[in-house]
Amino acid sequence: MMLLRDAKTLDAYVSSGGFSSLKKALRMKQSEVIKEISVSGLVGRGGAEFPTGLKMKFVAQNLSTPKYVIANADEGEPGTFKDRVLMERNPYQILEGMIIAAYAVGARKGFFYIRHEYRKIAREIEKEIDELYSEGYLGSNILGSKFSFDIELVIGAGSYVCGEETALMESIEGKRGFPRIKPPYPAQRGLWGKPTLINNVETLANLPLIIELGSKRYTELGTHLCPGPKLFSVSGFVKNPGVYEEILGKITVRELIERAGGAEGNLKAIMIGGGAAGYIVDKSFLSMPLCYHHARERGIFLGTGDIIVLNDEVNLWKVLLQIAKFFEHESCGQCFPCRYGTKRMRELIEKILRGEGKRRDIERLDAIANALKIASLCPLGSSAALAYESAMEYHRDELMEVIS
Amino acid sequence: MITITINGKSIAANPGETILQAARRNGVEIPALCLMMEDRPIGSCGLCVVKILREDRTSYVRACTTKVEDGMLIETHPPEIEEARKTILELLAEEHEVGGELQALLDRYGINVERREVIREEWPENPFIFFNPKACISCFRCVQTCGEIKENHVLVRRGRGARIEIVAGVNDSLKDAGCAFCGACIDACPTGALIEKTAIRAKGPLKKVTTICPYCGVGCAIDYFVQGNRIVYARGNPEGVNRGDDCLKGRFGWEFVHSEERLKRPLIKRDGKFVEVSWDEALDYVAQRLREIREKYGADSIAGLSSAKCTNEENYLFQKFMRTVIGTNNVDHCARLCHASTVVGLFKVFGSGAMTNSIEDLMTSEVFFVIGSNTTHAHPVIGTLIKRAVKRGAKLIVADPRNIELARYATIHLRHRPGTDVALINGMMHVIVKYRLADYKFVEERTEGFEKLKEVVEKYTPERVERITGVPRDDIIRAAILYATHRSAIIYAMGITQHTSGTANVASLANLALLTGNVGKEGSGVNPLRGQNNVQGAGDMGALPNLLPGYVRLDAPYADEIERIWGTKIPREPGLTVVEMMHAALKGKIKAMYIMGENPAVSDPDRSRVIESLKNLEFLVVQDLFLSETAQLADVVLPAASSLEKEGTFTNTERRVQLLRRVIEPVGEAKPDWWIITQLANRMGASWSYGSPKDIFEEIRKVVPQYRGITYKRIEKLGIQWPCTDEEHPGTPILHVDRFPTPTGLARFAPYEYKPPAEESDEEYPYILTTGRTYEHFHTGTLTRKMEGFNELMPEAFVEISSDDAEKLGIKNGDCVVVESRRGAIRVKAKISKIKKGVVFIPFHFAESAANTLTLDALDPEAKIPELKVAAVRLKRC
Ligand SMILES: Cc1cc2nc3c(=O)[nH]c(=O)nc-3n(C[C@H](O)[C@H](O)[C@H](O)COP(=O)(O)O)c2cc1C
Ligand code: SF4
Ligand code: SF4
Ligand code: SF4
Ligand code: FES
Repeated sequence: MMLLRDAKTLDAYVSSGGFSSLKKALRMKQSEVIKEISVSGLVGRGGAEFPTGLKMKFVAQNLSTPKYVIANADEGEPGTFKDRVLMERNPYQILEGMIIAAYAVGARKGFFYIRHEYRKIAREIEKEIDELYSEGYLGSNILGSKFSFDIELVIGAGSYVCGEETALMESIEGKRGFPRIKPPYPAQRGLWGKPTLINNVETLANLPLIIELGSKRYTELGTHLCPGPKLFSVSGFVKNPGVYEEILGKITVRELIERAGGAEGNLKAIMIGGGAAGYIVDKSFLSMPLCYHHARERGIFLGTGDIIVLNDEVNLWKVLLQIAKFFEHESCGQCFPCRYGTKRMRELIEKILRGEGKRRDIERLDAIANALKIASLCPLGSSAALAYESAMEYHRDELMEVIS
Repeated sequence: MITITINGKSIAANPGETILQAARRNGVEIPALCLMMEDRPIGSCGLCVVKILREDRTSYVRACTTKVEDGMLIETHPPEIEEARKTILELLAEEHEVGGELQALLDRYGINVERREVIREEWPENPFIFFNPKACISCFRCVQTCGEIKENHVLVRRGRGARIEIVAGVNDSLKDAGCAFCGACIDACPTGALIEKTAIRAKGPLKKVTTICPYCGVGCAIDYFVQGNRIVYARGNPEGVNRGDDCLKGRFGWEFVHSEERLKRPLIKRDGKFVEVSWDEALDYVAQRLREIREKYGADSIAGLSSAKCTNEENYLFQKFMRTVIGTNNVDHCARLCHASTVVGLFKVFGSGAMTNSIEDLMTSEVFFVIGSNTTHAHPVIGTLIKRAVKRGAKLIVADPRNIELARYATIHLRHRPGTDVALINGMMHVIVKYRLADYKFVEERTEGFEKLKEVVEKYTPERVERITGVPRDDIIRAAILYATHRSAIIYAMGITQHTSGTANVASLANLALLTGNVGKEGSGVNPLRGQNNVQGAGDMGALPNLLPGYVRLDAPYADEIERIWGTKIPREPGLTVVEMMHAALKGKIKAMYIMGENPAVSDPDRSRVIESLKNLEFLVVQDLFLSETAQLADVVLPAASSLEKEGTFTNTERRVQLLRRVIEPVGEAKPDWWIITQLANRMGASWSYGSPKDIFEEIRKVVPQYRGITYKRIEKLGIQWPCTDEEHPGTPILHVDRFPTPTGLARFAPYEYKPPAEESDEEYPYILTTGRTYEHFHTGTLTRKMEGFNELMPEAFVEISSDDAEKLGIKNGDCVVVESRRGAIRVKAKISKIKKGVVFIPFHFAESAANTLTLDALDPEAKIPELKVAAVRLKRC
């Protein structure tokens, strides 16, 4: 295990080679560190799949100072719990990654933003941060170098949208978590208007690996299109739900489900991506290798890496209603398409579930999904359309059965 | 220049502009409902989305926020986007009542859906603004305006998802949330959800007339929307000095013109009761009585009060009437009570007694030194300008014993004891000289008398100044350094002028500016903010006992020239000032007074004595809109037209001569003041033939050199700032750029020693009272207190007191308190605030609990301005 190795204490972490990557990185030029990460092909594990090296380059090149690094541990997606397990089992690797990232982009200050529901873990992280200060891994002149870096822990504001990077920054700034309009992106104008690198905690945990192995060996881990390890949260109708670490591209969806003990009952559909911001696909996806590239070729995203198994006892409209309710509840209300679209979507699905669904309602749902996708201010609104649209694509006949 | 492609057409675009801006410039119309200012997109509506085609993928972005990039391929109306726009509009129309801009969009997209009944919370009552929650689409335009533009931060978003709504602050009612009732949110609203209460029922076409606001000296241009002879609503004109801003008084303060209490016919008092008479009868009677009194007691037994609320033309005629028809220099106006010391003090140092810089120019200041001015309340539009500048990075020093709104924005807040300004300013100069922060080149080349100043300020060490003023020494040093090392503008108002040391205060500020070279340059200067809309003009027109129009001394050679133009002799003995007139009336030396548009029975110090004086007159004529406290004492009352009912010019605080337009016809038989004066003059032997204010202005141009180049035609759009010497001259935004209007061309340092105020607190009267204005009312309330809404916001007077003092006296918020000075006592409600300990504040608008019952009429020896800002009082619970 490269990510889920059990290293709950600093001693355990250091004795298994922890912080050697940081030492190595501090001897490298900052641009060399970024180059290694770019070449490694690492993409963000928080859902948007953006190349991490490129993001670091943008922040590093920005002349404005100070710069910030944020670790995003807001994990609000229903069905996603990989970050929690990672933080419980291997917290120092995340922090080491964060320090390496800060060194590479030239940040002196970092924030560890963790969701409100993870308060207990947050207390642990806080202790671990203190420990790193006393051991010289944080603070001034880290490990005798000229590089200094501080981390502050921030407890989240308790809503899903606060995990969205710009809303998260508003929240750190002490305002209500309304997403900002992008562009400008955080690398241009992030926290307090300054260049900011924000990464998912799993993304950060990959950085020590890349430095340790070197980008060449890291890329050889996966396939050439899709390198590195990835955490998958497997849930729904499976025998052993949980977080599984796999090398990208090496196994198929079917194999992963089998590793989780196989489906309970008759597998009908799989939700891939996120528990809300995800795709409801059919069995044909069982043979798809779990890799960003293959997913994209089939028109979906792996997102945060959720695999939710649905068997034939499940009413897909009910699943869609749960998802619609989630988005209606989580919409911040800032923009029209999402504010009214998510509400209307929920109402229409309820109407269908009452048995009153008409063709016109489907047309309306299609139109709302289109508006959500095109005109929402932040990705929350656009992802509210994903489940409905994909379900309609792969399970149209079943869904249309109840429509008159 | 870069090239982009919109809908297949190649277009040259400016780097840095948004897609929307580029599209608009090229005639491509993209719906944009939530956008108000192109450089500050909000992004809520999502209607402006466009499609960007790239090699590997297409994306949809908001045109209002996305900047153009070279080679961008943009489609603005592909079918899926048009579909999305329709869907968004349908959703809106289902949820909301619509009007305004939104209705136009719905029509364009042919949307006609049934609206569902969605219950939304109403706002608590407020006097001026109507909010229809059903029509509010939460676009946040009003929130942006109120916060980012007006810096009021009253409106906020509450709730989330489809239940997101707009509310007033945390306290829910506009008033409690600190709403300034500037009305900017109304202008921002695209659906008609926010609207003036007076405009709710207005139907049919409205006529728009632009004129100058009848209130303060900023001189905002206001657009009045009129139906029949009634004003429906008003808003700031974007082309005026106010650039579209306005305040509570400008926007909602016009209702007094329609008040039932307006005087509609002339009144003569018979057997103690007023009876309505015809104009002829009233005018004949006044002329006859004034003639009789002049014959019996001489011309100097008559005195006249002109008015800073009347036009230049009327002030000019009034003083000409007093000087040439009556034959006395006993003419003055209320500026004596506000800015006489400004005129004297600035004259002494600079050679000219007016605001040196311009309102617009203040936007370039790096540091503001605001002293004795509650700017956001008394001059709200300039207050907003300062707040905005501070948000942009300018620094602010506030010197005020009260915790005024601007103090919240201040880098340094100096809370000095009332009446210790000279010590404070001398202390700052001491620091500047000591640390060699003066602009020695400027001092060398442009001034004289520096050695004298050095000698005086030498003694004002920060330690000593701390003892006098109560301001910590470090704050004095910090303020001095901040002011001296930047492009700094001084802004002051009555907190500086209304003192026995008023002239000294003003001159000291002028010294400070000279010392640091902060004069004659952009963003600097010494800037008195004038209270009434035409204080500047009334002075310019010579409504002063010792100065002729254009500030010409009675003994100056140019006075002969004025005599020649007028074709009559001018008496050369200086006349009496306001307070002196009242004293003389009490003594029986003044027998008759002619008062135009002023209310000395409330505004003047020691008002019991003023009332006694007025009662002591043989004959009193008052010309006003209302039966004011002073008019009630008159023998004849003449109904005057308001400034919204006539033409003429006002000169604002920055010396800008601005044109008035008639918004409505005068009510009843009310007449413009210039007409009344002309009628009286002709009945007393003159043969004046002015047919309109313009005729009078043409004469003013001949007499007043500073106004020579200004014509009605030239100021049709925007006024011109005097001096303006000929018709080619563009006017003068900044005074003293190259030389000072003194005989040597140099400014003259005029150092003053600190002198304690006329009355200091002692054991018997342990508190210092200071008086002033509130945001909600104006002057003696003759206008604002005629309007229900204003009374609702601030129904009665109050006394501001610190929590420490309140506790000591056992006074709680809202308690009735008796405030007593050596001259009288009033009862008011207590308001506990962060005012300096030992100091209390009472606004002076309220006749029934008039602050000026308590004040004393000790005078500044040079400017004869009374000390309205300091009096010793004691307090106890009723
Ligand atoms: C509604 C919403 C919620 C999100 N929540 C999270 C989250 O909880 N954790 C996270 O890492 N990223 C979340 N993201 C993605 C972040 O905006 C951002 O893309 C991510 O933190 C970048 O890190 P990465 O490049 O390492 O993936 C969310 C995005 C949206 C639109
Ligand atoms: S898409 Fe939804 S969550 Fe995102 S800004 Fe709009 S309303 Fe808020
Ligand atoms: S009137 Fe002015 S201060 Fe009041 S809410 Fe509207 S914009 Fe804000
Ligand atoms: S009141 Fe008007 S401007 Fe304000 S959010 Fe509602 S619709 Fe927009
Ligand atoms: S104009 Fe409303 S989002 Fe651009």
